[in-house]
Amino acid sequence: MPTANQITMVPVVVDNDKCIADKGCRTCIDVCPLDVLWIDEKTGKAHMRYDECWYCMPCEADCPTDAVTVNIPYLLR
Amino acid sequence: MTQLSDITIKDIDVLVIGGGTAGPMAAITAKEKDPKASVMLLEKANVKRSGAISMGMDGLNNAVIPGHATPEQYTKEITIANDGIVLQKGVLEYAERSFYMIQKLDNWGVYFQKDETGEYDVKKVHHLGTYVLPMPEGHNIKKILYRRLRRNRVVVENRYQAIRLLKDDTGTVSGCIAVGTRDAEVIVIRAKAVVLCTGAAGRIGLPASGYLYGTYENPTNCGDGHSMAYHVGAELSGLECYQINPLLKDYNGPACAYVTGPLGGYTANANGDRFIECDYWSGQMMMEFYNELQSGNGPVFLKLDHLAEETIQEIEQVLHTNERPSRGRFHDGRGNDYRTKMVEMHISEIGFCAGHSASGVWINEKGETTVPGLYGAGDMASIPHSYMLGAFVYGDICGENAVEFARHRDLPKLDEAFILSERDRILAPLKREDGIPPNQFEYKLRRLVNDYLQPPKITKKMDIGLQRLKDMERDIEFLYARDPHELLRANEAQHVLDCALMAAKASMYRQESRWGLYHHYVDHPETNNEDWFCHVQLYKDENNEMACKKRPIDPYVIELDEEEKTAYQKMRIQKVS
Repeated sequence: MPTANQITMVPVVVDNDKCIADKGCRTCIDVCPLDVLWIDEKTGKAHMRYDECWYCMPCEADCPTDAVTVNIPYLLR
Repeated sequence: MTQLSDITIKDIDVLVIGGGTAGPMAAITAKEKDPKASVMLLEKANVKRSGAISMGMDGLNNAVIPGHATPEQYTKEITIANDGIVLQKGVLEYAERSFYMIQKLDNWGVYFQKDETGEYDVKKVHHLGTYVLPMPEGHNIKKILYRRLRRNRVVVENRYQAIRLLKDDTGTVSGCIAVGTRDAEVIVIRAKAVVLCTGAAGRIGLPASGYLYGTYENPTNCGDGHSMAYHVGAELSGLECYQINPLLKDYNGPACAYVTGPLGGYTANANGDRFIECDYWSGQMMMEFYNELQSGNGPVFLKLDHLAEETIQEIEQVLHTNERPSRGRFHDGRGNDYRTKMVEMHISEIGFCAGHSASGVWINEKGETTVPGLYGAGDMASIPHSYMLGAFVYGDICGENAVEFARHRDLPKLDEAFILSERDRILAPLKREDGIPPNQFEYKLRRLVNDYLQPPKITKKMDIGLQRLKDMERDIEFLYARDPHELLRANEAQHVLDCALMAAKASMYRQESRWGLYHHYVDHPETNNEDWFCHVQLYKDENNEMACKKRPIDPYVIELDEEEKTAYQKMRIQKVS
């Protein structure tokens, strides 16, 4: 069965300058109920890998460096 | 050949599945009652931030506090709001333990609003009684629960999805099979008693926005427990009594009668007029809401623009920092300001949630399901309108009874053949080279639910819907996952499909209309107490088919007055002549 790669604008944005995931922080990844935040292997920073967001905000609220911003998904805005 | 010895098996006295609201309480109580017992809390996400209250809760919707309400009065009100179809003993048990639980939480550091004399500041939102207690600092409730879990040495396993319950040759539940959501490792947890606390089934219908995760419920609550209970042979009840809630249009946060109502906000039509007597969520209230949406006076709005600046600030403070804090961001994006205009509202997708309506895995007043050794609490279990406090109370009840059950039981024997075949079935989507992605499978399934199963319910439509859903069962063997995360979604989608089939089956069985919009059955528009004053139980029959049967209502422990019985039928505001 052939498949396609479709692009999606994701709601959660991580500021790579502030993110300290490369120093071992996993706070946002730990708290996300939907488990959609992962480490970007290229940068070592956190990023949203799956567009499955409840915009519930623990990732933003618990981030120790204020690196995470949760936007309302485009379909709802 | 796979051997059972290749699978990690963990032995435990009490297994609690689901670490949101009821689950932590069940685990904590089990340890408090028997500190020597081993208690595991299994959670699909992380207990620090999981479940319906991941960002806290803005208040208690059903506090039964001496001086403001009595357990008898509350039981009456919930009986009436559910058109009489309740296990009164179960509601009364909740009501009698409600105040004890508030005090317990208060002692743990949960802050409830108090008036100038230090008494609980209870507000009236329901039609008859006074039960709403604000929690302006409710955002920290998960932290408080987490501390208690640690202090009581509950074993916490995060990021495991329970897939099927196990039972021994006596038919008693003996644990579960679960899969790691990040590594796809299949494990078995052998337990002497199991408490299911998996929350609502919130991913049955598709939100009007089309965004799969823009659901009213936390989308992790997808009906895992409903599906597991069904497959292990437990009865589910009232599934035709859907949960449908009033929401802000496109934003899945409640419009919040409970927060804005006591401060003077209300639900209005396009003319700015009230059209319902009482904003408390009931099927009858939702019916009037739906009628107004369809009428020339629609759509429906949350009206706050008549309130004083300080009141609006108070509302914003609660609504934008608690439970669903991204609400403020949503309003900013749209240019909505409570001060200057009404905010458009809509109705949610359908779901199963005893927290707000009455559907779920059947439990009695002891938290027991119909399968020995299996208990249930919270949004997943059948005690109606139980909200967060009901989840805590029944978590407490289940924890106590499950640990007692476990005390009298040896470690059960495992069904090796079943475990091995389940392991292969669970992992199958990962083994395929290609196939149907879980997101497409789920989108189609939930779109079919909207097309055919949401009210107004029509026999022919539900027939077609049921057939289309059954056709989709054949697609399961083509589900394709590229990584453990997609496998999680593939397994969830199968539970969602089970729930959708249950919604159709139960709805078609009850051939009358009841609970306002929740079971608005166009082919049978009248309520028929002669034939249908009963529970509808759904279960897996001896041929492994989904079946329904009637269960008589247990004799009431608290009788209703004739006048009270119809109180919730008179929701629409009568025009002054």
